[in-house]
Amino acid sequence: MEKIPILKMGQFLLVTIQVDLYDQLAENLEADLVNMVNKTNARGVLIDVSSVSIIDSFMGRILGNIAMMSKIMDADTVVVGMQPAVAITLVELGLPLKGVYTALNVEKGMELLHSKILPTEQNLEEDDDNDARSSE
Amino acid sequence: MTTMTPVVLNKDSMIIAREQDVVPFRNRVKEHAVRIGMSLLNQTKLITGASELVRNMLKYGKGGIGMIEILSKGRDNGIRLIFADNGPGIPDIQKAMTDGFTTGKSMGLGLPGTKRLMNEFDIKSEVGKGTTITVIKWKNG
Repeated sequence: MEKIPILKMGQFLLVTIQVDLYDQLAENLEADLVNMVNKTNARGVLIDVSSVSIIDSFMGRILGNIAMMSKIMDADTVVVGMQPAVAITLVELGLPLKGVYTALNVEKGMELLHSKILPTEQNLEEDDDNDARSSE
Repeated sequence: MTTMTPVVLNKDSMIIAREQDVVPFRNRVKEHAVRIGMSLLNQTKLITGASELVRNMLKYGKGGIGMIEILSKGRDNGIRLIFADNGPGIPDIQKAMTDGFTTGKSMGLGLPGTKRLMNEFDIKSEVGKGTTITVIKWKNG
């Protein structure tokens, strides 16, 4: 059975979709990804759709589901490389892509994911500082 | 002014019976769209709309037939897609055409969204007999 490979890269999972997904394949990817997030404690999921020529409401729902499920497992999802024609079509179709972060390309997507996990750690430190000051 | 009726230059059809037929049908539509020189954006809209309608037909009409016609009207060419099923039919078309309305678990964007993507959209349905949806996307539309 065909499968979309999921690569682990540090704290993130990387998926490149290079074929037009039929329904079963998309549903399997959704399940595989959530399992992988659980297994690897990944903090982010990056999905590259630069070779995808069509995103219909089904595919959009799958992307939304992945983002929502990953979020519950404490991982952010970023979709990168969407073709302009696909973006225009999605908006006209009325697909919201809720909870999905987007970035122009893989590089920017990785930056975004890094910024998502780093500030929380920095914030914690700042909070500690503030607490220390207030107790003085 | 008289409205010109388009001339059908070429016809093609495919039986849609299972989920695995969705991608091949989309590819077939794309081939025809490329052949008439449709812009990438219009191709994407047409194929996305086709995908929505094929899925609808599978889900609610238990499959059917998808027809592809190459049209010529004046200086413009286009593609007409006809989706015909013998499913249960749609009792309230107006409701089915409303954004967010669904009887399934989907988002209810299929019909109204597809209408926005196409130049022409027509739906005929009879309860107990089936549904036929016809859409047209013009090359320069």
